Amino acid sequence: MNKILVYLEGNKVELKRASYEIVSAARTFGLPVIGLIINVVESQVQIAAEYGLKECIIANSPTLNNYSSTAYASIIAETAKSNGCDVILFAGNAAGLELAPRVSAKLDAGYISDCVKLEVANGNFIAKKPVYGGKAQIIAKINTENKVFSLRPNVFTATTEPASLSITTVTSSIGEADATSKVINLAKNEGKLDVLEADVVVSAGRGIKGPENYILIENLAEVFGGAVGASRAVVDAGWRPHGEQVGQTGKTVSPTLYIAAGISGAVQHMAGMSTSKVILAINKDKDAPIFKVCDYGLVGDLFEVIPKLTEKIKAIKG
Amino acid sequence: MNILVCISRVPDTASRVIVGSDGKTIDPQGIKYIVNPYDEIALEEGLRLREKNGGTVTALTVGGESSKEQLRTALAMGVDSAVIVKTDSSFDSFFVANNISEYAKSINPDIILLGKQSVDFDSLQVPSILGELLGLPSVSVVTKLAIEGNTVTAEREIEGGKEVVETSLPCIISAQKGLNDPRYPKLPDIMKAKSKPIEEKDAVNSDERVTVMGIEIPLKKRAGIILGGEDKDIDEVVRLLHEESKVI
Repeated sequence: MNKILVYLEGNKVELKRASYEIVSAARTFGLPVIGLIINVVESQVQIAAEYGLKECIIANSPTLNNYSSTAYASIIAETAKSNGCDVILFAGNAAGLELAPRVSAKLDAGYISDCVKLEVANGNFIAKKPVYGGKAQIIAKINTENKVFSLRPNVFTATTEPASLSITTVTSSIGEADATSKVINLAKNEGKLDVLEADVVVSAGRGIKGPENYILIENLAEVFGGAVGASRAVVDAGWRPHGEQVGQTGKTVSPTLYIAAGISGAVQHMAGMSTSKVILAINKDKDAPIFKVCDYGLVGDLFEVIPKLTEKIKAIKG
Repeated sequence: MNILVCISRVPDTASRVIVGSDGKTIDPQGIKYIVNPYDEIALEEGLRLREKNGGTVTALTVGGESSKEQLRTALAMGVDSAVIVKTDSSFDSFFVANNISEYAKSINPDIILLGKQSVDFDSLQVPSILGELLGLPSVSVVTKLAIEGNTVTAEREIEGGKEVVETSLPCIISAQKGLNDPRYPKLPDIMKAKSKPIEEKDAVNSDERVTVMGIEIPLKKRAGIILGGEDKDIDEVVRLLHEESKVI
């Protein structure tokens, strides 16, 4: 193992939080770390210095206007090769999970996705990754010389360690012709925060009784600037959109605080939220399985508890 | 339209998982196996494409003899033919993608549909690796698909929104919930599927790229302070969130 390449992503102004997390994780292995980011301006990248990144390559492809999994994967693999990087780290988000397998195939590398732990032991990386929807975890290693990993967002902590960062901007010859699939439009969920990006997620289950009552959940989420989630039962009933479903056949989230209201706690749901840092459950059934996995539980009627809880939290947050 | 749909056999999502005696796999005792739920969505999309454009749908699985059960489900749903690439050993994502690639080369499909992930190892690797091996574009985690001539427009979920991706046939699409609601096979079709032929191929071996060293059930290390629903209980929870776990 010689050198680590971390694939970074920007939002409009700086970098995505997941990028700071993988830079911070990469620093802990005692290997040189190079960042790579595609089609951004230098000012966006500078902040990575705060997280200990010392070297970063900006690859600009003048003919490539939008994200393209095929072209981006080519740029990443080429950069890894030309810089002698044999370990490539991605954030396990939408882009990372699409790019990492392509890059692994280009580099004849083994790839372990969605790692929640990564450490070096006896000269090799040992990864832990949730399987069976989080009901179990495997401990695995990669046998090939080149190795690719993606790290689950919100699990690795972004830690600051100011460094001096040298940025090299290169023009990539990979462009439009390599973009056999490309993004032609981007639709942001207007004013709505995604469960994958939120620090606080408030979800409801069948106990909410109907879509008209979701206002309670929205109000509580709003106090935190958080996102609204839903159990599978609620989505299957057509009360909430698929994009909000948390669980094994929905999204896997690890927010700082997860509030489950009127959710009994089927194994499929718990698989999607069990890595949350703090879990608060509200349910009128004291025997609901959710109370076995939560940090705090309120046994009561959510229609009475949630409005009071919302007011009290609002008072603290001022 | 020549449509290939790849499916896998996975434990029912309601299954409880127990570590097996080898410490590396789960104990199969008492587990009910199903078609991977995302692959069912891929199957449904394949059938709808055939209904609209004509052509054939082939269902493919890489796995052991028991995976034929899932191919029978695909046949009952309405696919034209079923193929099993047989292996008895354990395998990684590259092995699966490589074997799908080998088979795909023999039939040159216009489109390959797969679930976005299989709910056993949750690796989300096969569609994109397959794209590289076949030199084809792919779009992952697709919730909406439109095909006009050779032009493919797919919507895919990203954090906080959607990307609309344009590509062209032949291509690979990985299906996410929301793309469609899979049909339930009808009883007469389930009966008929039992006697339909399943083509068998031997798997091509590849060096193991990823080795599973062990499997464990994560410890539940939650404090679990359970209170009532009175005002004083809500006050206490707010205090705990504020002072103990410091999330407010």
